[in-house]
This record gives sequence, C-alpha cells and structure tokens, in this order.
Amino acid sequence: MGNDTSYTDQKFEQVGRRVKRPDGVDKVTGRAKYGADAYAPGQLVGLILRSPHAHARIKKIDTSKAEKLAGVKAVVTYDDLPDLTGGNRGMMDILENCMARGRALYDGHAVAAVAAVDKTIAKRALKLIKVTYEKLPHVTDVDEAMEADAPVVQDFVFTSGVEPKPTKPSNVSGISQFGHGDVDAGFAEADVIVEKSYKTEQTHQGYIEPHACLANMSSDGSGELWVTTQGHFVFRNVCSTLLGIDIAKLKVTASEIGGGFGGKTHVWMEPVALVLSRKANRPVKLVMTRDEVFKASGPTCSTSIDVKIGAKKDGTITAASANLRYQNGAFPANWGMIGAMTAYACYDLKNVKTVGYDVLVNRPKVAAYRAPSAPMAAFGVESTMDLMAGKLGMDPVEFRIKNAAKEGTRASYGPVYGPIGIGPTLEAVKKHPHMRAKLKKNQGRGMACGFWFNFGGQTCTDLNIGVDGTVSLTVGTIDVGGSRASLSLIAAEELGIDYEQVKASVADTASLGHNDMTEGSRGTFSSGMATIFAARNAVEVMKGRAAKMWDIPVEDVVWENGGAKATGKAHSNLPPLTLKEIAAKSPQTGGPIAGHNETVADNAGVSFASHICDVEVDPETGSTRVIRYTVVQDAGKAIHPDYVEGQFQGGAAQGIGWALNEEYIYGKDGTLQNPGFLDYRIPVCSDLPFIDTEILEIPNPNHPYGVRGVGETSIVPPLAAIGNAVSNAVGVRLNHIPMSPPRILKALDEQAGG
Amino acid sequence: MRYEAPKTTKEAATFLKKEKGDAFILAGGTDLLVKMKLGISAPDLVVDIKKIPAMNAINHNASGSKIGAAVSGAELGEHKGLSKSWPGVVEATNLIGSDQVQSRATMVGNLCNASPAADSVPAMIAAGAKAIVVGSTKRRTVPVEKVVTGPGQTSLADDEVIEAITLPKRGKRAGDAYLRFIPRTEMDIAVVSAGVNLTLERGVVKTARICLGAVAPTAILVPAAAKAIIGTKLDDEALDKLAAACSAACNPIDDKRGTIEYRVRVAGVLAKRAAKIAFQRAGGA
Repeated sequence: MGNDTSYTDQKFEQVGRRVKRPDGVDKVTGRAKYGADAYAPGQLVGLILRSPHAHARIKKIDTSKAEKLAGVKAVVTYDDLPDLTGGNRGMMDILENCMARGRALYDGHAVAAVAAVDKTIAKRALKLIKVTYEKLPHVTDVDEAMEADAPVVQDFVFTSGVEPKPTKPSNVSGISQFGHGDVDAGFAEADVIVEKSYKTEQTHQGYIEPHACLANMSSDGSGELWVTTQGHFVFRNVCSTLLGIDIAKLKVTASEIGGGFGGKTHVWMEPVALVLSRKANRPVKLVMTRDEVFKASGPTCSTSIDVKIGAKKDGTITAASANLRYQNGAFPANWGMIGAMTAYACYDLKNVKTVGYDVLVNRPKVAAYRAPSAPMAAFGVESTMDLMAGKLGMDPVEFRIKNAAKEGTRASYGPVYGPIGIGPTLEAVKKHPHMRAKLKKNQGRGMACGFWFNFGGQTCTDLNIGVDGTVSLTVGTIDVGGSRASLSLIAAEELGIDYEQVKASVADTASLGHNDMTEGSRGTFSSGMATIFAARNAVEVMKGRAAKMWDIPVEDVVWENGGAKATGKAHSNLPPLTLKEIAAKSPQTGGPIAGHNETVADNAGVSFASHICDVEVDPETGSTRVIRYTVVQDAGKAIHPDYVEGQFQGGAAQGIGWALNEEYIYGKDGTLQNPGFLDYRIPVCSDLPFIDTEILEIPNPNHPYGVRGVGETSIVPPLAAIGNAVSNAVGVRLNHIPMSPPRILKALDEQAGG
Repeated sequence: MRYEAPKTTKEAATFLKKEKGDAFILAGGTDLLVKMKLGISAPDLVVDIKKIPAMNAINHNASGSKIGAAVSGAELGEHKGLSKSWPGVVEATNLIGSDQVQSRATMVGNLCNASPAADSVPAMIAAGAKAIVVGSTKRRTVPVEKVVTGPGQTSLADDEVIEAITLPKRGKRAGDAYLRFIPRTEMDIAVVSAGVNLTLERGVVKTARICLGAVAPTAILVPAAAKAIIGTKLDDEALDKLAAACSAACNPIDDKRGTIEYRVRVAGVLAKRAAKIAFQRAGGA
C-alpha cells in the first residue's frame, strides 16, 4: 500500500464546500483559550527587564534587592541559562536573544527576569534590579551598517560566501548569488535599460495576540509548556536543547493562536519562563505587552535594493540583475539570500543575476513574515517592470505576459518549473472587469506579480473512528487559517462521509510524532497529504473488519461511498456496510479503528499571484486611499474556498498597511519610537476596500488533490501594485516604502519644482 | 492609591487641595487609565467627578451653551441643539478614539490632558469657548486658549477643577468646522488640525477665529489667518492668504507622526478646507 502523492483528477463531494470551521463558535463567544488564558494552581507572574539602549555592554547586574522583596520567588539572568548548545551557534543565538549575555544588542533586549506572586510585586522587583550599562556605538540602518567604519554588531560574524575568507568581523554575515546566463552580454543586447534603487522600512506582522505562555517545571525534571506558537514541536525541541531537558519529558501544548504570520515560528521568551518556573518551583505565566512584542519579537527586515532590467524594443527582457541588502537584526540569518532567490522568480529570463547581502544591525532579531523577504524584492522588481513597460510604450500586463515564466522555465533561483500559475494569473488580470473600470481625477491603477516557494516538511497525523462512526482527526500543525476545517473536509472526502462527522484537533507534543511548524503555507498541503494517507490506512482497516463481519476474503471488499462493498457474484446478496455499521461492531471485530501517517511532504507546488489595485491620492496632503483591490492567485486546489479567499484578502490587507503607513521608526539614539498600535499604523477596517478575489486552480502534480499552499503569496505583490497605482494616479514614482503622506507630498513637491 | 467620588465641584477641589501626593481627576479615564496601565502615571489620589450633577449637564439655550466636564463625547454628539449650533466643536470631540472611547471621553478631559494634538481643543478655541474653573476657595472663568501652557502642562492651580465649558450665544449667519489630518481614516492622533469659526454679514465674513492643532506646543489661535478672510467672500485669494498665514504661524516638531515641513504645509491646506465648510454652514454661497 504505497502512499502515492501524485495528482489524480477527481470529482469531489466534500472538498470545495464552504463549511463552518470547528473552532468558529468558541472564537466568537470568547470560549477559545489563547496563550494568556491558561491557569495553573500556584502560578506566578513573570516579567522581563529589557535594555533601554540600542547597544551597550552590561557591566553588572545586581539582583540582590529584587530577590529580597517579599513575594518575589525567582530572579534570573543569563547566569541561569548556561550554554548547553554544544557549539551550535544558531541555538546560541536563540538563547542570547532570549537573555542578553554581557551585551545588550538592541532596544528591548532582555537582561533579567522575575517571577512573583502578583504583577505589582513583579513590577516593583524589576525596578529593584540594578543594571550597569556602558553604552556602545550603534547602527540601525542597513546601508550604514555595511559601511567600513560602522560599529560591529557581532564580533563572531565573518562574511560568508566570499573568497578569500575575511579576517575581520563584519556586519555583512553572508553574500549569496543566484542566476544564470551572462548579464553583461544581456545588457549589451538591450535597447532600453532601466535602473532604480529602492528602500523599504521594517514592519511587524502585527498579530493581535501578544506572545504568552505558562511554564510548569516539575522538581522531577519534567515539564509542561502551554504557549501560543506556530510550531509547538519545534518549540519543544528548542527549549529542550537550551535547558537540557529530554525531549520526551517536555510536553508542549499549543493554545489557539491569535495570528502569527511567521512571527510565532520563533522562540522569544519561553526558555525564560521555563527557567523561572524551575528556579521558583512554581508555574510561571509570562505574557508580553504590546510594547515588548514590537521591541523584542521578530519583525521583518528593512531593505535597500538596486534593480536593473534591460529589454529589446519588442519587450523581450535580455538581462535582469539586482543587489538586495536586508537587515536581519542583531543575529545572522539569510533573509537577503531569500530575497535574492525570489526577486525574478516570476519571469523567464535568459540572463539573470541577483546578489543578496545579509546585514546585522542593532534591531530585534528578524523573524519570518508571510512570504518572508519576497515582498521587498518584488517591490523593487515590479516597480522597475512598470518603468520599463512605460519606456517601451507597452501595456504593463502584456509586458509581463511576454516575459512570464512557464512550465520548463529555469527559475532564476535554480530549479526548472513544472506547471505554474504566473501566466494564467496574468491572463485572468487582463480579462478582469477591474482592468476596464473608469477612474476619476487623482485616481490611478497599478498591478504587480508575486511568487512564493511554499514548503512541505515533516508531518504526522492520526485518525481515530469512534463506535458511533464519527471521526477524530488529530494533527500536529497549528491551525492559523482554518486548516481544521479544510483537513476535516479532506478526511470526509477520503472516507466518503459528511464533513459534520469529522472533528479535527491539534494534538500536544506527547500525542503525535514531530510536526514542523505551520510555515511556508504548509498546513493544508502537508497535513492534508498525511490526512489522506491516514484515512486510506483506516479504510484498509475497515475493509478488513467488513470482511470479518461478512466472513469473506478481504480481497473481495472495496470501499465506495462511505462504506464497504463486497465484490463478485458470490457475494451479490450482501448489502454494503456503512462506516457507521463497521464502527459499531469494532469492539467485537478487533478493537478500535485508526489510521496513521507520518511523512515528509516534499514538492510543495510554487505559488504565483497577480494583483490589481486602484488608489486615490489627495495631492494637497499626500494621503492615499486604496479604493479597489483584486487578488488573482493560483491555489492548486481550493479545499475550503472561504479560507483560501481569506488568505488572499489577509495578505493583501497586510501588504496595503506595509505599503502605505507601517514602519519601525528609530530615533537617533537607536531606540524604537513607535512600539504600539497608535503610532505603528496598521490599517483599520475603514482604511480598506472590499478585497475581491479570483481563485485559479492549476493542480500541483505532487499532491493527490493538487493542493498548493496559499497563505503567503498574497502579501508579495501589494507594495509594488500600490506603488505603480500611485505613480499612475499622480505621476510620481515612490521608491521608499511606506509611501506615507509626507513622502508622497515631498515627491509631488519635487516633481512640481523640477 | 485612594479613590474619591465627591458630589460637588467644591468638594472635589477640596480633596485636591488636601492631597500631598500626586492627585488626578478622573472623568472618562480614557487618558488617565491608559497612563496608569502603561506605568506613566501612578496617582496617590484619584478624584472621580462623574458623580457631580453639575458636571453631567448640557444647558443649551438662546443665550449660550454650557457643557459639564463629565459629559461624554457620545452625549455631546446626540445633543441636537448643540450639533446644530456648533457642529465643528461636536465633530471635533466625536473624532477622539473609537465608539467605545466616545462613551467615556470628555471635552474637558481632552483639554486638561494638554496634548498639542487634542482634537476638541482647536475647535473650542475657535468657537471662543471658556472654562469655568472651580478652586477650593474661588471660582473663575478663563478662555480655553489660556488653559494649556505646554505639552502636559496647564495653568490650573493644584486645587482647581474645570466644572464646565461655555460656548457663546450663536447667531444665525454663523458656522464652524474642524478638520484633522491622520494617515488612517480613524483611531488615530492628529498630525495637523485646524478649527475655523466664522460669522457672515450679507455674504461677507464679518468675524473669524482660526485655531491650529499639533503644530506648536499648544493649540494656537492665528489672528493673521482670521484677518486674511474677514471682509471677503472667501474667494481663492483670501483662502490662499489664510493658508499662508496658518503655515507661517506653525512652530511644529519632527516626530514619529510627521515632519515639520509636512505639518507647516498641511496646516494651510486644512485651514482652507475647514474655512470653506464653516462658510457653507454659515449660509455663505
């Protein structure tokens, strides 16, 4: 019984329905339990003391007064978090980010923590901790950090990817190059060359639920952690390694999640909660304030990007290149590399070269944010594509169609594409009524394309059938976007029963094998695959039980329409047995009926989208309103169309906020000026138009149902789509995101003056 | 921290006078409670004024209007007479925060919080509003523009409480308006704002008061801007002069919410737009 992952065209009964999600009622009635909703007897309140400096040597931490305060049960510093990483620098970075070790690397870096009987005492205790700092020079801008005389953020970082190996530490942790062909020859062939530089500011995922956990270490060395996360198995493994706990002895339970978008793929404070609990011998609840979320969780990169495209008069691109500089915060990562991989993924290019620079600055450790690194690269490339179309006198959609990647195209980042959706999304945009709608004064229309890889990864799923014929589906991927509903539809489809007969839950780490994070748009793709195979395994068990009930050979039993059917003339008098009937007899036929699957879901299909956007710009204030927005994206197969559309809309909404107003603003002293939703301006409802969607279904050949991840690609095109629309509305091209009112007004002034 | 809820304004003033530590008035609490939660403010005494009958009343008649210090933005917005006479003042107050905040927030709280960006303040100043100030021993009336002296600072003595805001008698050919610029559509703080109040005589501007917010340490009255439109029918030339006078009066800062350049420029734009609305409301062509 092989697990055949290849796509089979089929007519679906359950898949494609717009059913209610199993977690819906609890979420709208307030019954759902999020990270901060857990309680354990005797629990303490944990609080973290954070650096007020962008960069400082920590000369001394005096905790004696805090320790003596009545009601304080534990105070910890890095002394309580010894290095157990065995030289694994990546793990050490996580530990050092959770608690500074001798140096505070950014405004908000944790330096000590307390656990006390209540919040008032815990707050008082924080004030009693005396930290002696020696301020050090800091750098927060990506370009400044690359200058020769910039303060060095980490002295263990030497630029990788260059020969000969550098002898001096650098803020550039890595340089990576992608592409093929000969760009110099390609540019020499070009009739027109367009070059432009861009900057994007740092943004936060802006999830509503702050990071929160309840840590409970027992004196026997085992422990439990309740936490809001996108990957409780990974959190378990990281915390186990950092604290020297056996993996099997740390049980992590994931709460409902109030948004993650990549920001909850990373461990920010959970080891601190566990070590406080261990020291106090009491449960400790640790909940970040919004201020802490902004300062000390992981926003996405700010960037600085140069783009150069050359084309023939007929619109054929002869060469394309880009230098992409991404700041990763205070610890090395490869976000610039990913930007360099995604930049030209939409196009079929003969000569292409991208170089990614990963740069350290005194800002928080960068985390994934929905299709991480791709939106900034797309802003540069897709803005330049529009500039080029303008120079060539071509329609921007036609220009993109002419150069779009297709099946067989060698992607700029290496692989050769199978069937893909960029061409079809562009054709759909061309045909969409939105493209022909009339515009008024000061209004403009723009469009842009986007790409995301998608990911599969390790997955483990259980399916158990109760004696009443209902089905418990147990998965290990966190449900961030309605996956319990889509996975239940898949189980129902395979078993031939109704969606209402299936209830999906997310298991704790003691109940299933390892599952990777819900990241890379993998939830429905990979757990969907594992659910299909688990259900098929359960069907095999049920066929055996039916054979037993009928007393015929199992080879004569097939599964059809939610039940077992005996085949062959010899059994023609046997009426089919339904799943319910087989389940009812299960105690007598061999006990519980279950199906299980563990897999590494490879070959997640790549995803493409094209967006159309209309804006209206007030030329006297620079204020920009998005007045119409359309997302066209390839979903492979939309299992639950509502939640596919929700992902399309959500990504567009976040992209609109990023494009227009969201940004981390640092003062000259390197401290964050706007760590709150008042001055870090995510869009409110009335800022957004209805976001229209069109789902295309170009099946992924490597998934039984053709599923592709859909969660991330939708945030990739908006920055450029809005930039292109603003340019078409008022004739100024903004090369700096966000396109906030002061920046737009300044550009309009410069245009009027020049 | 102690909490008191007196029944008269005098009593409230007496509590303030006696307190040796930090004392704060609690009206809607939409600033104070947030500051306490953020740890910015840690009062020893909180005096709740919502139980004082005089503070909860709106008196609106032919001789003028009086709005108690505990009257919420929502109550103000629901008052038909006030909304008709002083739409600019009411709209400005109603712009503060969300619907939830509106059910608690007060004009006087907005004034005494002394933020340069307070929405109701430029509208009140343009309207010629006065504050009735009650101390432990005496009572006085001061123009609203004299209350705030700088960011977070007021001219009130330690034992003084504002009991109510008065608005002058409203004639027929009169209109006011308030506009603010925010990057979002709502739930935000003014980057620049402008309140305009004017009266007409035979289609010509007879009197005008123009006040700008978020462009200086306090809201500022701009007499030169008023002068630019008095005696005109608010033609383009007058409007341009008004905008220029407003921009010239600005003394803003560069901060996370906006640049000096931007605030100076947009102050003029908003003043023009608000003047046009006020003019129309006054029955101007």
